[in-house]
Order: sequence, then structure tokens, then C-alpha cells
Amino acid sequence: MTRASFSRRAVLQAGAALGAAAALARPAIAQSAGRVVVVGGGFAGVTCARELKRGGFNVTLVEPSATYTACPFSNGVLAGLRPLSRQQFTYDALKKDGLAVVAQRATKIDGQQKRVSLSDGTILGYDRLVLAPGIDLRFDALPGYSEDAAQIMPHAWKAGEQTSLLRSQLEAMPDGGTVIISVPANPYRCPPGPYERASLIAYYLKTQKPRAKLIILDAKDTFSKQGLFQAAWKALYPNLEWVSMSSGGKVIEVDGGQRVLVTEFGRHKADVANVIPPQRAGEIAALAGATDRSGWCPIDPVTFESRQQAGIHIIGDACIAGGMPKSAFAANAQAKVCAVAIASLLGGQAPQTPKLINTCYSLVAPDYGITVAGVYRPVNGVLTDVEGAGGVSPADSSTAFRSLEASHADAWFRTITDEVFG
Amino acid sequence: MARVLINLPKAKRGEIVEIRTLIQHPMETGYRPKGDGTSFPRDIIRNFVCKLNGIEVFRADLFPAIAANPFIAFTIKAEEGGTMTFSWIDDRGRSQTETADFIVE
Repeated sequence: MTRASFSRRAVLQAGAALGAAAALARPAIAQSAGRVVVVGGGFAGVTCARELKRGGFNVTLVEPSATYTACPFSNGVLAGLRPLSRQQFTYDALKKDGLAVVAQRATKIDGQQKRVSLSDGTILGYDRLVLAPGIDLRFDALPGYSEDAAQIMPHAWKAGEQTSLLRSQLEAMPDGGTVIISVPANPYRCPPGPYERASLIAYYLKTQKPRAKLIILDAKDTFSKQGLFQAAWKALYPNLEWVSMSSGGKVIEVDGGQRVLVTEFGRHKADVANVIPPQRAGEIAALAGATDRSGWCPIDPVTFESRQQAGIHIIGDACIAGGMPKSAFAANAQAKVCAVAIASLLGGQAPQTPKLINTCYSLVAPDYGITVAGVYRPVNGVLTDVEGAGGVSPADSSTAFRSLEASHADAWFRTITDEVFG
Repeated sequence: MARVLINLPKAKRGEIVEIRTLIQHPMETGYRPKGDGTSFPRDIIRNFVCKLNGIEVFRADLFPAIAANPFIAFTIKAEEGGTMTFSWIDDRGRSQTETADFIVE
């Protein structure tokens, strides 16, 4: 059997697993009314809020921005393959469904009184609270890096203005320039993201600025879909160089004014520098007392309830989801499981043990897609990879197959954003 | 031979400087199962020695819990410049020595 058919079968199994969980959800959800506040309007928060709203719960979504800019596919914006507007979504469809969307920032959480304070002074009471705050960038974790330095050396790890800034810097760079991407140690949002980004920037350089160079300075020795990425780079992008941690790639300091990245063993001068700093859960999770020393939120993998704060659930990039990566696909799956669990808990029932799936698509070039898929279930309190399920794209594939996976990636983005925001 | 990285900064006399080294090595603990009931044989860097003009200035003994590609950083007080040698020896008896000029101004 080829690896292609193996991995397709695994994905089908995975789809079946999640389908079963969703089918269980309906009767459980449709029962009672309880007050649920969801903080954060990304893939996780919106999915969870809408699932609960459909189940008849009294749901309030707290999100200060009127527009959401999605990270998946934003690397295509950097390469000039799509406009930023295609990454942007509003909350209009949610409001049309009658979901209460409050355009305020959550500033304080009182887990004892079960109350959320908002920036305008409003206080919302809840029976269950869901935090989906995504990530915060740890500007304190990389000497020399700061919000000001990010205007010169953008992170572009939260899509939006930073994405446009990095794009304009790439466009302004003369042919023959050097682009450097620095990648943090695990865990961080979107494990294969830096490598997709490097690929698509390399594609842009190859087609527009063929004498330019791209260097990845990495704080790791291995990464997601490494074999597939490296094979593609070898074939497509001779000007792309990956410097692993054990080759001296770990960036320990930056000089924003000079666009210099300092590693343990040397200094690298860039014409365009994309500094992806270490990350942690969005700040409100820490204010709620839901983060541990790692800066992320330990959770029960059956309900996504905090291990530290009763009645508060954490989903998406902010939670510690064991083997599951921090991806939009994972956030969407976790949100559904969490909604079902909250419905069960509010209805006085025991939550069902879930199975979750994740698929990450990466584009190496506009018509060259690769994937990794995984299935996860709670084992000893941790979401654990189900052995033999999932896998990565086969190593030896035709260009037609790579092109097909690229179109699957595009279809996935349209599907998930339509489901979540449409 | 294994790839080695050394960061030996220039120093002012009397200054305390940090020296960083990294050698690419699997640091096989001897406990990793092969799948046939046996384990991969132990192969780790046993010790690391740094000498300045032939005189030992730093030594480290390494153990199986140390990760692959050991990174060793240490500080010395810059009294005099000269030739600095860095040597690593592993379980199989293989040794590697690198030299670098230590410049003290």
C-alpha cells in the first residue's frame, strides 16, 4: 500500500470520529439555557459561541475588533499571491443569528463570583466562561525586540498591519538583498508556519528578485513536515538556507535599528528581518489565573476546562493541547468539543470523551501543497496522537498531486472561514 | 569530523568574557530501545577541556541526561592572550580538538 492511500484512509477515519462527536452534540446542546461568555473572536471563540448559540444557550461573545484578520494563508499575502482583504472577516453573520457580540476588551475575570469586567465598565455574569484569547508575543523574551522594534523588524505573527508592513518591506528591498526569518523554540502558533512563510517568500524572491537570499535562523533542530519542506527547497529554492539550532541558528538578541540578528555564535545583517518571537497565551488568560509557568493554559482534554480555574474553559492557541498543534483547524475542533462539553455540564450530564482531528496545509509554492494530519484523544489527561492515524503527504509525489493538495488547501480555507464567519 | 561552533570574543585585559561552544553529537544515552529488546549502545561526549597556551582553564564532565549537540558556555578572566584549544572526547574514544586565537587587548 502506498503512503498516499494510507494517509487518505486515516483522514477518513478521523473525519468519522469527529462526525460522531458532532452528532452527539445536538441532543445534548438543545436542552437548557445557561449563560456562557466567550472571550475572543478568532476561529476558536467564534466556533464555540455559534455552536452554543445554536444549542439554545444565552451566549455573549466579547471581541474588541470589528474585523478579524485570519493568519492561515496570510503567508500568501506576503508573497503577493492574495490581498489582505481576503484574510478579513466580520462578525455580521453572527449578529444576524442573534448572537450578542460586545465590542469591548475583557479586562478582569472574577472566577469566584463568575463575572467578566469589560473595558467600558460593564460586568457580565456567566455560568461557564470560555477563553479563546489566542497568543501574545513575548517582547520580554528576546533582548532588543519590542513593539517599536517590530515596526522595523516585523513579526507578522498576528495577521493584519504587521502582514502589510512585512509585505511592503519585501517589495521595497532591492534585488540581491538578504531576508532573514528568525524562528522561536516550541511551542508557538502554527508549527509549520515559518517554513511555509520562508517557502512563499522564496517563491516571491525567485520570481521577482532572483539574486536575493533568504536565511532561516532557527531555535530548533527539527520542525513540522521537515522532510517535505527540505526536499521542496532543494528542488525549487537554491537561495534558501536553513540554519538549525545546532548549526548556530538560535537568535538570542536583535538590534532593531541595524536590522541585525545576534545568534549564540555570530551576527547576521538583514535587509528585511522577520522576527517571530516566543509567545504565550493571550493576556486575559493570565489575568484569569489560568496560565501556568509556561505562559500557556493547562486544561482537561475532555472538557477543555482549566486545570487551575473551575468554570473557565480555554480553547485554541492559548491552551496546552498535548500533541495537538496551535492551528486554526485545531482551534475549530477544540471549540466544538468544548461546546458539547459545556452543554453536557450545564445539563447535568457527564461529558463524552472526544476524539479530535487536525490538518495543517502548507504551500511551498502557489501550486505545491503539503499536509500533515493527526487524530488525538485524551490519554492519562493529555491529548495524545493516535498512532497510525494521520500522517504527512507522501514524499514521492507527482506535480499533479502537489497541485491537488494546493487546491485542497484553498478549499479548506474557504470552507472553514465560511463555517466560522459566514 | 563533527561540526563544531566556537564563539570566542576579543577581550580587554582583566575583563570577564563568555566563551560558547557547540559540538554536533548524538549523545546516545544507552537507554533508547531499538525495538528488538536491546538498546542503542551508549555514545556520549565524556569530557570537554579548554586550554590556553597549553594550560587547562576549563573542564567539564558530561553525563547521559545531556541533550544531543551539547552547548557549553563558560566564563574566564582575560589575563593573557594566546592559542586556545577546545577538546571533546566521546565514549568511542574519538576526540576532536579545535584551536582559536584568544585576543586580549
